[in-house]
Amino acid sequence: MTTNPVVESAALESAGKVPRKRRRQRTYNFQRHANRTGWLFAAPGLAILLAFVFYPAGYAFWISLTDSSGLNEPTFIGFDNYVEAFTDPDSLNAIWNTVIYAVAYTPIVIAVALFLAIFLNRKDLLFRGGQRTVIFMPFIISMAVAALSWSFIINPNTGLMPYWFSKIGINLPDLLNDTTWAMPTVIFVAVWKNFGYFMVIFIAGLQGIPSDQYEAASLDGANAWQQFTNVTLPGLRPTMTYVIIVAVNTAFQTFDQIYIMTNGGPLRSTETIVYRVYVEGFSNFNQGYASALSFVLMAITLTIGLIQLSISRKQERDLV
Amino acid sequence: MNKKIPLWRRPGTIGANILVLAVSLLAIFPLVIVLVTAFTPQNETIAYPPELIPSTFTLDNFAGVFERIPVWDQLANTVMMSVGVTFFSLILNSMVAYALAFIDFKGRGLLFGLLIATMMIPFQSLLIPLYKMLSEFGWIGTMTGLIVPRAADVAGIFLLRQFFIMIPKELRSAAMIDGASEWKIYWRVMMPNATAGLLTLGIFNFVGNWNDMLWPMVMTNSAEDRTLTAGLALLNGTAQGVIPYGVTMAGSLISVAPLVIMFAIVQKRFIEGVATAGLKG
Repeated sequence: MTTNPVVESAALESAGKVPRKRRRQRTYNFQRHANRTGWLFAAPGLAILLAFVFYPAGYAFWISLTDSSGLNEPTFIGFDNYVEAFTDPDSLNAIWNTVIYAVAYTPIVIAVALFLAIFLNRKDLLFRGGQRTVIFMPFIISMAVAALSWSFIINPNTGLMPYWFSKIGINLPDLLNDTTWAMPTVIFVAVWKNFGYFMVIFIAGLQGIPSDQYEAASLDGANAWQQFTNVTLPGLRPTMTYVIIVAVNTAFQTFDQIYIMTNGGPLRSTETIVYRVYVEGFSNFNQGYASALSFVLMAITLTIGLIQLSISRKQERDLV
Repeated sequence: MNKKIPLWRRPGTIGANILVLAVSLLAIFPLVIVLVTAFTPQNETIAYPPELIPSTFTLDNFAGVFERIPVWDQLANTVMMSVGVTFFSLILNSMVAYALAFIDFKGRGLLFGLLIATMMIPFQSLLIPLYKMLSEFGWIGTMTGLIVPRAADVAGIFLLRQFFIMIPKELRSAAMIDGASEWKIYWRVMMPNATAGLLTLGIFNFVGNWNDMLWPMVMTNSAEDRTLTAGLALLNGTAQGVIPYGVTMAGSLISVAPLVIMFAIVQKRFIEGVATAGLKG
């Protein structure tokens, strides 16, 4: 893009400065040099990706077609693992739980983050910088620590939250051991952990919206809600696309908090796909089956990825 | 604009302040609990009614952590893995990003396509084959095994590419006319100009690897080889059905304190980095 060698040397030639034969030689070398250096620069990083992403992806597919336990000599069994993945009630349950988790988590975390971003963007807010930092804090610590801390806080026997709630007359159930409440609780902790991250991204997006758009809207007599729907939301569209992609992808990869908070329980009500891949692959040693499950996960993420891609392409076209 | 109206006559302002303050408290509350419980005697952590502030403060929990897990080994592993991955990924990712942003080479489109395809593969799908590969190499439980498979990542490549394409192309042409080699342009001209991007990716990689649990948990066999975050999973093991909360929180505190201190120092840049990285997604 910067210096187009062909155009440049053609210009030189037309100026009569370079003999024709030499020009061709030079152009050829230049492009060949670019081809070589381009690939040389990409080579080390590409080698890592090929060796530790592409090759294992193919390998995973092969394992998924065998009865590998990780210990035995694997035998080829075709698509039996996939058939099992889609008929085994435990796996269907894990897929279903993951979908529920993603479908609940994504809109909630986005709504909370957007709401907070709008408030934290107000100029009349006290300690604005400090509060942004504090709200961002949960994103810094590991999900492991976050999950441990919340498990302690909501513990029905010794936790502060059930105790404080009981003082105002509300008896909290044993949140993590109740099949109705375990999943909402886990989602709550995920929202708590990440709203600060999305809030910061929304604040950056909000600051990209020109203030004269708001002035024009208020001159037209638009109230706060109309300004929000007609100025803020359209202005945040690229930000929104990014946020949705990140939120959905992380939701499908939930593992740490399940491992620490519930171990998939009670009665498998919080078992997610990745948790099941881990249990089947590294505790039960059904590595063929676990690989098939992880390919089901890949198929789901791939489908979502392609849908997102086509949506964002369409939005780009709309914007142009 | 609002300066002359006293605060108590602006209900919107008061409402916003109360609301945001409540959220801030909710955000910080579990971290306060970690801090306080780490110093609370074990018998008080399981007492009823629970108290926010314990009657006495103790260091026993920290002694308990050191008894149960090899803290120093795990801390060293955490630092080595986080620094190692950050270092290599900054170099390797920026090289690929440089090629994509500046060099008009044959097959660039192919490389692009390959990278986007890579992005669609969830990391968890690779756990089992990676485990098998690392066992064959004899890399299970080694620093090499923890670092090398993560030494390049597509998200990082694309992030740095965004920073590179914002650098004026004339800079490269000028350096070329001065006779600088491609490597020199990359290392001496473009890298210093992309510091903001490198810093953002560096912090992301550092924090991400510090906090990661699944990868070090799967790719190590002994407690000595684990990182602290993965080591916490060992602390949580219920001995007689009672979770040793005091000790667990002390361990948690040891594992998050370095990051939180680092965050406090580079807080402004970190938040800015998150914001810019997000915008360019």
